[in-house]
Amino acid sequence: MFKQLAQKILDPARADRLFRIAVLLSALLLPLVMTGFFLQLGWSSAPAWREFGLSLLWSTEWDPVANRFGALPAIVGTLLTTSIAIVAATPPAFIIALYLVDAPPWIGRPLSQALDLLAAIPSVIYGMWGLFVLVPVMQNHVQPFLADTLRMKHLPFVGEYFNGFGILTAGIILALMILPYISAIMRDVFRMTPPMLRESAYGIGCTRWETAVHIVMRYGARGLLGGVFVGLGRALGETMAVLFVIGNVAMLPDSIFAGGTTIAATLANNFAEADGLLRHVLFALGLVLLVMSFIVQLFAQSCLTATAAARGEER
Amino acid sequence: MSEIRPPKIKISVRNLNFFYGSHQALFANNLDIEEHRVTAVIGPSGCGKSTHLRVYNRIYQLYREQRAEGEVLLDGHNLLDSDVDVLELRRRVGMIFQKPTPFPMSVFDNVAYPLRLHFKLHRTEIAERVESALRGASLWDEVKDKLKSSGLALSGGQQQRLCIARAIAAEPEVLLMDEPTSAIDPVATAKIEELILALKPRFTIVIVTHNMQQAARISDRTAFFYKGEIVETDATAKIFTNPSNPKTEEYITGRFG
Repeated sequence: MFKQLAQKILDPARADRLFRIAVLLSALLLPLVMTGFFLQLGWSSAPAWREFGLSLLWSTEWDPVANRFGALPAIVGTLLTTSIAIVAATPPAFIIALYLVDAPPWIGRPLSQALDLLAAIPSVIYGMWGLFVLVPVMQNHVQPFLADTLRMKHLPFVGEYFNGFGILTAGIILALMILPYISAIMRDVFRMTPPMLRESAYGIGCTRWETAVHIVMRYGARGLLGGVFVGLGRALGETMAVLFVIGNVAMLPDSIFAGGTTIAATLANNFAEADGLLRHVLFALGLVLLVMSFIVQLFAQSCLTATAAARGEER
Repeated sequence: MSEIRPPKIKISVRNLNFFYGSHQALFANNLDIEEHRVTAVIGPSGCGKSTHLRVYNRIYQLYREQRAEGEVLLDGHNLLDSDVDVLELRRRVGMIFQKPTPFPMSVFDNVAYPLRLHFKLHRTEIAERVESALRGASLWDEVKDKLKSSGLALSGGQQQRLCIARAIAAEPEVLLMDEPTSAIDPVATAKIEELILALKPRFTIVIVTHNMQQAARISDRTAFFYKGEIVETDATAKIFTNPSNPKTEEYITGRFG
């Protein structure tokens, strides 16, 4: 009985058909989960949209007692911290990757493994470290230096500092967190460059820097951009690391030293005791975050297609 | 050759040994490369032909474990000396690889790149020199209408000629070619062989090749390598009709290799 069944299943043509069905079903999970998220978030946030309309997106009010909510502070906080993180993390990630590819093995290998380990540290650890180490350092050294010594307090959006918490601190934590990600991807991109292409750059008299920036970077542009977008995606949705250090103030930040909040941090802070309208507003925020991530993905795809076209690749 | 005056020696290799870590790949190589001649380097796979060639522009130095000992005199100066400017050496000694390696940029920029790297030139002058390099590589007529499209969009043979144009744009004195037609179809190969003959009056060319007909067709002198040693160097006609060494004869008659 079992033997017959086994034979039936093991019949090559039948097994192939079974395999095809199994593969198709697994692949169909992806659009299913995706649309599921959109539908559920849309459904659960509907009352909030009915109440506030699209003004939810640009209102700055956040008053749970009066049931008035606006998402702008969280959206702005998310965009600001993410931008700071990307701008601060990308150049060092590039340099580190560049070094790791050509470093002598006795130092390159342990550093490379350290990079992979750093990428695996849970974000809550970054958050704790940020709270106990980075926040005091920001308060006592970095912010006074930037504001007073460099006289940046006269610039718009910089201004006076108050304590170590805030947008800038969160951006720096995020930068530290995504740096190993971006760097590891860039390192792999550099490794995949054909040796002969690098040799032909050196062969016409390029220095290492010229080879890296003019040739390898162009060759790997898609992969390097991909690395940046992975970091961007991670920073956009990061919750725990930000929660500890951003100050969690639902107000539009007037300077990069000011406290603020992000969408992810707002959700984590409020969901436990949210009910009624607030709960629907939080779902709406979740939807906004999902759409933002989606836009980043679309943008990434179009960037990749554009660089591919510029290099004459067929797709 | 009907000349009376012996040709000038452009590169003179004296007692060159080469190591990959502790493995020795070249043994006491001695070779004279004549100026404005095509010298073919032949021999079975793994005999050290490419290794030998890669010493001339010190490209082997990119790899920490590789090491050369001995002398390679370029116009009488040992290019292995530690005070040699390697970047300038690589401008003077250009290299073409086994596969076409166009840079990921436009046809024009591929050729303009070494110009911008080595010379301070005005835009119009760059454009002129790009055109003359592309003409020099017999590619101008095929690409003059698509200078802005990517170098990667050309055919394999065109890509390899683009690499030759890129190499000659830097105005080198020597061109090293490491099996330049091994990845290219026969028609494109014929074009490149024609091109090599056309470039001979301007450059000193050293070509590594697996293809003995190719060596016979285009080279003036041939060096036969076997297991890291240079077995025989002579006029190509002599090597292919009446070699002195029995090993050379065995190889060119196809008994091994």
